[in-house]
Amino acid sequence: MIALSDYLILGAVLFALSVAGIFLNRKNVIILMMAIELMLLAVNINFIAFSHFLGDLNGQVFVFFILTVAAAEAAIGLAILVVLFRARRTINVAELDTLKG
Amino acid sequence: MTFELFIFYVFATVTVASAVVVISSRNPVYSALALVLTFFSCSGIWMLAEAEFLAIVLVLVYVGAVMVLFLFVVMMLDINIAVLSQGFMSYLPVGVGVALAVVAEMALLVGSKYFGADIIPPPERHVAEYNNTAELGNVLYTVHMYAFEIASVILLVAIIAAIVLTLRKRPLTRYQSPEKQVAVRREDRIRVINMKAETEE
Repeated sequence: MIALSDYLILGAVLFALSVAGIFLNRKNVIILMMAIELMLLAVNINFIAFSHFLGDLNGQVFVFFILTVAAAEAAIGLAILVVLFRARRTINVAELDTLKG
Repeated sequence: MTFELFIFYVFATVTVASAVVVISSRNPVYSALALVLTFFSCSGIWMLAEAEFLAIVLVLVYVGAVMVLFLFVVMMLDINIAVLSQGFMSYLPVGVGVALAVVAEMALLVGSKYFGADIIPPPERHVAEYNNTAELGNVLYTVHMYAFEIASVILLVAIIAAIVLTLRKRPLTRYQSPEKQVAVRREDRIRVINMKAETEE
């Protein structure tokens, strides 16, 4: 029998890994975006686990919308990244300091 | 340990291991491929939680579209990996410390003490005729109709934004201009001249 806590701890571990990924790869925007996708996945696991254990289908509807918004976010983020690379020839976060006051 | 739990642990182990590869790999291409594996095994976990439609959507939309987009961008951009992975080792203690703190705190909260199988018993499995897609559609197209339509607008805006952001005029390329082609008149193109017929002397 899979307990609810198993799902929740799996989600927590994935979330913590993506937080660590944001700390470790602070210079690479692409891996930062992948870490954000991982975070959303961890949240979705929690939603689906609660939806399953509470017998409420609305949790799955919420995951559906999170997937939609995450896909839109990834598309726009990558488009911005391509434009950024065209303009600056780098995606190193440390060099993107034009707006620094 | 039941067979179901064994399957869960296999999928969970693959998910976590590939997530570690995602954040620790030097090469972004390997990161993207490991993220594909993460999504696949996570889809198996969702299947175990009886979210069949979303498990399929995760594979189709994420692995099929979003990750291909990621791989496309990663391979298209000429990135200097050595510069980007500087500072990995120096931030490693901080990252591991924060991750361990997050896991420990969340395990205290969501562990088996409050959410264990004896507190919240696992629900009965649905019968074989249960159709997750139909049930989800019933809720989605009635109760959440407005949210569904707003989501479609969000996707439309994302399409237009991605196109507009990456569109650029190439100065050296020759384009047709349809408005000029349509507006052309007969008088602009041909000129009738009056000349004598040439005859042989």
